[in-house]
Amino acid sequence: MKEGRPRSFYVLAIFFAAYVLFLYGPMIAIYVLSFQGPQGGLTFPMNGVSTFWLAKLFQGTGIVDLGAAFRRSLLLGVIVMAVTVVLSVAAGMAFRRKFKAQSILFYSAIASLIVPSIITSLGISLEFRIIDDLIKAHWNENFETSMGLLTSGLGAHLTWTLPFGLLIMFAIFNRFDPRLEEAARDLGATPWQAFRHVVLPIILPSVIGIGLFGFTLSWDELARSSQAIGAVNTLPLDLQGLTTTVTNPDIYALGTIISAVSFAVITLALGTIHMLNKRQAAKGSDAGKGLV
Amino acid sequence: MDTSEDILQQPAPDLVRGSETARPAKAARLSPSFISWLQAGPMMLVFLAFFLIPLVFVVIVSFWDYNEYQLLPAFSGRGYTDTFEGCIAQLPDLCTIAKTYLKTLKLCFLVWAITLFIGFWVAYFLAFHVKSKTWQMGLSLLCTIPFWTSNVIRMIAWIPLLGRNGLVNSGLMKTGLIGQPIEWLLFSEFSVVLALVHLFTFFMVVPIFNSMIRIDKSLIEAAYDAGATGFQTLVNVIIPLAKPGIVIGSIFVITIVMGDFITIGVMGGQQIAAAGKIIETRVNALQFPAAAANAVILLVITFLIITMMSRIVDIKKEL
Repeated sequence: MKEGRPRSFYVLAIFFAAYVLFLYGPMIAIYVLSFQGPQGGLTFPMNGVSTFWLAKLFQGTGIVDLGAAFRRSLLLGVIVMAVTVVLSVAAGMAFRRKFKAQSILFYSAIASLIVPSIITSLGISLEFRIIDDLIKAHWNENFETSMGLLTSGLGAHLTWTLPFGLLIMFAIFNRFDPRLEEAARDLGATPWQAFRHVVLPIILPSVIGIGLFGFTLSWDELARSSQAIGAVNTLPLDLQGLTTTVTNPDIYALGTIISAVSFAVITLALGTIHMLNKRQAAKGSDAGKGLV
Repeated sequence: MDTSEDILQQPAPDLVRGSETARPAKAARLSPSFISWLQAGPMMLVFLAFFLIPLVFVVIVSFWDYNEYQLLPAFSGRGYTDTFEGCIAQLPDLCTIAKTYLKTLKLCFLVWAITLFIGFWVAYFLAFHVKSKTWQMGLSLLCTIPFWTSNVIRMIAWIPLLGRNGLVNSGLMKTGLIGQPIEWLLFSEFSVVLALVHLFTFFMVVPIFNSMIRIDKSLIEAAYDAGATGFQTLVNVIIPLAKPGIVIGSIFVITIVMGDFITIGVMGGQQIAAAGKIIETRVNALQFPAAAANAVILLVITFLIITMMSRIVDIKKEL
C-alpha cells in the first residue's frame, strides 16, 4: 500500500468524529443541564449552576418514589447479571460439542433477540395472567398475582440479556485454543479442574464482559419490562413516565443519576478486564523460561 | 468401562505434572450428551418459559373473545376483525391499520437507509483505516459505551437541543436564518427518525465491522495491484465480502424499528401511530385479544422481512 495516509482517511476520520459527537453531544447536554440553577428551565442557557435539582431528587419531594425504584432496578440488574453469566458460560461450554437440540437453542436465542420486545412482553404478561386465573379458579380465590419483579420481570429481562451472553460465548470459543484444555487433561486434570484452572482464567475477561452486558441491559431495559414487570416500576419506566409530564430539570437530574450508575459499572468492568488482561500477559505463559 | 479405567478417572488431587500413568481423562460417569443437557438446559428452560410459551399464548389469546374488562377464553375472530375494521368497506381509502403499517414501514426504511450509510462508513474507518489494535479497541469501545446507557435518557437528551427554545432554534434565530422557531424539530417524524438513528446505528456498526475485519487485506492489495480504483475495490471486493454483516445489521435495525413503541412514543410526543404503539394502546385499554392479534400480525410481517433477508446470507454460518 501507499506510504502515508490517503485522502479518504481524513474524510472518514472527520465523519467518524462527527458520529462520535452525535453519539455523545446530546447526552453531555443533559448532564450539564441537570446542574441548572433553581430558576432554570429545560433548555439552555444555564440559569446559574447548582445541585438544586439533584438534591431535590434525593429528598424524594416529587413525583416518584425514586429510592424504591432505584433499589428495585439495582436488585433486578444484579440478579439478571449473575444469571446471565452463569447460564451463558454453561451453554457456551455445551456448544463446543455437538448435542441434540443445539440448533433449537441457537434459533431460540436469535429469535428472542429479534422478535420485537413488545410481543415478548405481551406474551409474558398473558402467560402470567392465565396462570393467575388458573390459580384463582382451582386453588386459592384470594390469590393476587404471580407477576412481579423477580418472576415475570426477571424472565423478561433474561430473554434480552441471554442472547447477548450466548453470542459473546461463541465469539470467545471461536478463538479459544482447545489444545490448552487437552494439555490440562493429559496432565490428569478432571473436566472440572480443566475448566476451573485453565478455561475459566483464560475466558474470564470476556465473562466479565457478559456481566457488563447483563447488568447494563437490565438496568436500562424498558420495552420488555413495560407489560411484564407487574405492579411496581423500574427506574427507566418511571423516567419514561415523566417524559410526558415534567417541565422541570429534575428529569435531567434523574437521567444523570441513572447514567452515573451505568458509567460506574462500565468503568468497573472495563478496569477489571484491563487488569486481568495485563495479568494474563505478564503471568500467562512461562514458555522459554525452562523448568520451574 | 472396566475397573482399572474407573480408578484412573478418579478426580486427580491437583494437576499432576509428568505423571506416567495419566491418560486423557473423560467425564467420570456422565455421558457427554447428558453433560451437554445439564449445561445448555437451564438457558433452554428460560427461553421456553419466557419466550416460546409466551409466543404460543399470544397466538392463542389472539383468537379469544373479550369485553370491556376481561378475557373470555372462547374462540373468536374479534381481535382480528376489530383490527381490520373498515379495510374493505373504506376501499379505495386505506383503513387505519394499513395506514399505520405504511407509516411504520416508511420510518423503518428511512432509519434503515441512514443507519446503513453511517454504520458502513464508521465500520469501514475502524476496520481499514485504524491500523493500531489499541486504537481500534479504544474507538470501538467509544462507539459501544452509549449502548450500555439508557435509551430513554438518550432520547430526552434531544429536548434541550431541538425544543422550541432549544440550541438549534436559538442558534438559527441568532444568525437570522429563520424568523421564528422551527416547530417540526421535536415531537415529529423527524425527531423520531433522528432518535432511532442515534440509538440503533450501533447495531449496524458491530456486524459490519465484524465482517470487514475478517476480510483478508491481501485481497484489497491484489485488487489495487490489478489496477482497480478505490471505488472499484469497494464495490467489487469489500461490499460483497461485508454483505453478511450488512444483512445481519439490517435485520437488527428493521426488527427493532418495526416493533418500537417507546422511541416513537417519546420522540413523537405520543402522537404518531406505529405498529408497536397499536399493541401498547390495546393493552392499556385491556383489550388483550386485540393486542395479541396485532402482535401476531407484526410477528408475521417481521418474520417475512427476515426470511427475505436471510435468503441472502446464512446467518448461522456467520456468527
